[in-house]
Parts: sequence; C-alpha cells; structure tokens
Amino acid sequence: MGKCCCGNTCQDSRLTEILEEYKGKEGVLIPVLQRAQEIKGYLPEKTIRAIADFFNKPYSEVYGVATFYAQFRLQPSGENTIRVCAGTACHVRGGKAILDKVCSELNIAPGGTSADGKFSLEPVACLGACGLAPVMMINDTTYGRLTPEKIPEILAKY
Amino acid sequence: MTKNVNITINGQQLTVPEDTTILDAARQIGIDIPTLCHLKDTNEIGVCRVCVVEVKGARNLIPSCITKVTEGMEILTNSPKAREAREMVMNLILATHPKDCLTCDRNSDCELRTLAEKMGIRKVDFGAPVKDLPLDDSNPSIIRDQSKCILCRRCVSVCNEVQKVSAISMINRGISTTVGTAFDKGLEDSPCVFCGQCVNVCPTGALTERFQLREVWEALHDPEKHVVIQTAPAIRVSLGEELGEEPGTIVTGKMVGALRKVGFDKVFDTDFTADLTIMEEGHEFLERLNGNGKLPLLTSCSPGWINYVETFYPEFLDNVSSCKSPQQMFGAVIKTYYAKKFNIDPATIFTVSAMPCTAKKYEANRPEMNSSGYQDVDAVLTTRELGMLIKEAGIDWANVEESQFDEPFGEGTGAGVIFGSSGGVMEAALRTLSEVVTGKELESLDFKDVRGLDGIKEAELTLGGQKLKVAVVNGLGNAKKVMEGLKAKELDYHFVEIMACPGGCIGGGGQPRLSTPEVKQKRMEAIYRADLGLPRRKSHENPAVQELYKEFLEKPLGEKSHHLLHTGYTPKEK
Repeated sequence: MGKCCCGNTCQDSRLTEILEEYKGKEGVLIPVLQRAQEIKGYLPEKTIRAIADFFNKPYSEVYGVATFYAQFRLQPSGENTIRVCAGTACHVRGGKAILDKVCSELNIAPGGTSADGKFSLEPVACLGACGLAPVMMINDTTYGRLTPEKIPEILAKY
Repeated sequence: MTKNVNITINGQQLTVPEDTTILDAARQIGIDIPTLCHLKDTNEIGVCRVCVVEVKGARNLIPSCITKVTEGMEILTNSPKAREAREMVMNLILATHPKDCLTCDRNSDCELRTLAEKMGIRKVDFGAPVKDLPLDDSNPSIIRDQSKCILCRRCVSVCNEVQKVSAISMINRGISTTVGTAFDKGLEDSPCVFCGQCVNVCPTGALTERFQLREVWEALHDPEKHVVIQTAPAIRVSLGEELGEEPGTIVTGKMVGALRKVGFDKVFDTDFTADLTIMEEGHEFLERLNGNGKLPLLTSCSPGWINYVETFYPEFLDNVSSCKSPQQMFGAVIKTYYAKKFNIDPATIFTVSAMPCTAKKYEANRPEMNSSGYQDVDAVLTTRELGMLIKEAGIDWANVEESQFDEPFGEGTGAGVIFGSSGGVMEAALRTLSEVVTGKELESLDFKDVRGLDGIKEAELTLGGQKLKVAVVNGLGNAKKVMEGLKAKELDYHFVEIMACPGGCIGGGGQPRLSTPEVKQKRMEAIYRADLGLPRRKSHENPAVQELYKEFLEKPLGEKSHHLLHTGYTPKEK
C-alpha cells in the first residue's frame, strides 16, 4: 500500500500513479475520472476528493462533472447487473411496469445498487431484442416477454 | 476606443457603443425586456431564455442579456414570436414550481412571481408534477429549498466566481439537474462559510436565511424574559429599503423608535461594542507589533471570513485577532456586566441582534460563544427579518417617532458606525492607534485610502515613527488573492482588515435583496455621513466604553477581557 496524494494511505496507490501521469496537464478531468473509475468500478467519495485536491479544484465541481456523465458510477456495482429496456417497443408493451417491479422488489432506484450488494440496476435505451418485448438482461442472460409477476422468480435465481 | 453602432429597437433608431448588450441598449431608451437569470457582472450566461428577442435576419430568437449589438441590427422585443417564446419559457419554469406563493418566504419580493405578473401569465399550461426535492436545513444560517430552485445559477456564480468558496455547483444532468454540494451533503458539511451572498441574489424562495422571528416573538411575549436588542452599524443605512425608503436613507432614530414599540426592554447599539473591539484589537495589534504574536494581524469581525480562514487557510489562524466580533462581545457584556449592574438574573436575559449577515446566525451558535456562562447571543435577525418584525408588529413606519438608543450601551462613536463598510474597521483602528501611540490628537480623522468599494485597498502610514503597511479586503474572492500572496510571501502587511462580503457589511448576505454596486455605494455614502454627524468619532473617546473598563474590565487585554471578549479558532475540514 502506497501513500496517496490525499495524505492518507489509500487502499490502492494506483490512483496516485494515475494522478502523477496527468500532473500539470489541462483539461484532463474526464480522462482522470475514467481511469480512476477503472480501479474499483466506481468513484468513491475519497477518490473524488483526492482528484479535486490534486488538481486544486473544488469538490463540488468535480462531483458536478462526475454526476453529469452517465458513464460515471458513484456507487459500487452490484455482483449482477440488471438492464431493463426502456426502448420504444418495450415501452409500448409495458416496460415501465417491469422497471417499477424490479425497483420495488430490490428497493432501489434506477442507477442504484441493492443494499445487499447483489444487484445494480441500469435502465437502457434498447437491448436490440424488440421481438421479445418487454425485455431485460441480467448479466449476459436475456429475459423476454416479461410480466411483472415473473420478476421475483427471476431475481431469486441470483 | 470603442466604436459606436447604429441599431433599431422596435422601430426606434439609436446609437450605442458596440460592446453594449441588446438588453442594456433597450433599457437605455426605456424598453424593458424581462430577465430572470441575469445578474449584471456576476451571472451573464443567458440560460433562462426569458429575455429572448427577435432580430431581423437571425435564424433563431436571441438572448438579449448576453448578445452584443452590431451595426444595422434591427431588434423587435415584443414581436409575437418573441412574446410567445418568452411565455413558453415561463410556462415551463412555472409548471414544476411549487404554487404555495401565499405562504412562501418570498411572497412579497419573488422575482419569478413578479415576472409572471409582468408578463400577464394567468395560468400554467402544463400539468407536470411540481418539484419535490429534499430541504437542506442542516445549519443555523441558510435554508435551501431545492423544490423552489429554478436553476438560474446566480447562487453558483456568486459562490464560485465572486466568493471563490465553491460550496455549490450544478449537479446531475437534464431534468435531474439540481444545484448542490459535493456528495449532496448539507451545507453544514460542505465548505460553505454561510456568507449568504447566494441568499441575497436568489430570485425565488429556494435560498433563505433560517428565520428566528418566532423565537424572538416568544421571548417578547414571555413576561419572565428581559429582552434586549442590539443593532449592527450597517443596518441603519439599509433597513429603510425593506420599509419603502430609498437606498442610502439613514433610519437610526426611526428604527430605534419602532423597536421600542415592538416591545424590546432595551434597544442598544452594536456600535458600542465596535468601539470596544477597537480598544481590544488595537491593543492586541500593538502587542503583536512589539513582538508578542504573529503579523500581519487579520481582523475577526466578519464571521463569514472566520469560517473561510478556518476552512481554507488554517495555517493563518494564529494571525487572526482573538477578539470576538462586536455582536458576540455585546452578548457577553450584556449577560455579565449589564446583568450585574442592573441586578437582572442573566438566565432571564434574551439577547437579540439585528445583523446584515447570515453568518452571524452561525457565529451565535458556535459552542465557544458562551464565556458568560450562557449563550452570548440568543437570536440573530437579518436586516430583512428586522423589516418583517416591524411589519408583523403592525407598526406604521411612515409615522414612527424617532427615538434614541438606551443607556448605557446607546452611545457609539463614528468609528463604530463605519465598521459597517469595507475599510471601516481599519480606519477606526487607525484613529485610535494613532492617538494612543503618539499621545497627540489627530488633525484629520479621515483615512480615505482605505475607503470605497474596491476589493483590495492598500495604505502606508507612520505610527510613532514606525512605517506600517496595511490592507483592506472585501469579498472572499479578494481575500483568497491576498491570502495566496501572504502564503507565497509576495505580500507583506502589518494589519489586514478582511470582510467576507463584497463592500463589507453594507453588502452583507442578510441585507435587503439585490445589493447592486449602485445600492452598496449609496449605503456606503450614508455610513460615512452618519460618521460625520456624530459628536465623537474615535472609539477610545466613547464614555460608556471608558466606564466599562473602569467599573468592570479594568484594562484592554486584561483578565476579564481575555475571558469574555476573546476566543480561539479551529481548523475545519473542507
């Protein structure tokens, strides 16, 4: 474990290495956030603070940038990623009810991770399986022609 | 040299310098274009689109607040297309805005409501659900009601560009966009210093002070309580604005008369403890000049600045004067000396202060501010709240009889009054220091180099044969520049006055809303008029201060002073 730029001993000195690479460069906040996210799959508060301190930027600004882009995660991903399709075909065949059911079953909001760390939920614009609408994927498995009643049974498999 | 250009607005020809915006050009000839997000020199970003106008030949409607005129431009401010677009924008903003205007804190001066009225909007065409976002009431100073936020970004600009505190930023994107702190924490857990500059520019009820009127009324109605109020130097030149007077009107006598009618047992003047501060801080400066303590001495009257230095420059905390602010000194003196002198149980005393400031509310609640054995100050009202209090009491301001502050803390000197303006603390200190050190009376009391609205002012002078370099700083963005200079050892001063708000307390976060530079200028001129109008203009000549030392404190920096009037600071996490 190396000493981090934030003054603490961080779990991973990789962040320090990344920051050093971008030292003194302008307009690098987004690539730095991208690289930093690779370390743990998300951006913990401590990481955002360390990045802001290193580039002498306000925490609020770096946080603002991180929340602006859908590619940045501020919570750890769950073990399994659920993608519920919100595309046109799924929407007209009740995709919203599927999303609502997943949210209520896991007690999470879209973009969130369940308290037990098992699932994270990402709405997506289209999964390209319109013939199976409404559809969702858990990791690499596709579940089609869904009804809200089928959801608990599917989630129980994981 | 700027070139002039010829333009036409609504058929009227005019010639204006080429760097003029369409909005300013229109206003010059009496044509008002509605604006909402626009705040001159601070927030000129054209995001709300309420100010769009039609320009002949242009493909789209043009935001007039950020678009400069060009030669031959033909502008229509009220064409059907422009009006329709503006109404649509307002409709979209109003669709998700809460409709509790009747009971909203801003019901009388909401810019959004005023604009809807001005534009003749009588119903909202969209049935979208109103915003329902969490309320941030994490701190004693400022309440953030995100549901009422219209995302104009004025607060973000003031916090980031003017004050350089950057506690808030735009968070998320699209329909989920909010103004927020890093990690969505309450202001209490952000770098916010509670200066309230954001509150002063907010057009709606999204940002307000934490109101304490209820507590004050409860104390006033409690027969067991002895309720005293102190009024800060800067509110006598601004309170009038809340009650229909022109900016720059000095309302000291009427204010005292009104507060007596409201029912306060005593109405005292914070100028008294401003004078007391000068005695303590002046002697502290002399001590430091003699090698006992760090230089430069940084003033400590402005609680927003104190929060700022604790958060951003903790390595300079030993440079900050240990003097409590005049507000806190007042509370401590009331609950000790005054209680004893008039045989009042300090437990029954309720001290209210009327301040131009939101950070004073935070300061009053600091755990170290209770050296009298009680909380020094029980409730803090902003200038705006003081105006509300007078209205709620049903007082006919126009016909209020003038009155004088109560003894023994009714006399403040001109030196105390000028505390309300940037440069005032320094000038007051110099008036006293010069005479204390040389033993000779000053020929001129006016130290004009330190006056004015400039953000950073410097002066050199001689004190008892020693050359001194002083600086006066207002606005935290300017404080940042000076602190960086001191840190890099590029700047070198003996004494620096720092006030958190641009212009000093006359531009405080608790002052009547939209303290534009013009309004601040008028308040500042009024402060110096008030100074000139007083019989005594030097703190050490205040007879009540002299008596306080004789009867109670003994001497400046004495043991009692040390215990009651001085304090310490703690570094804060960002």
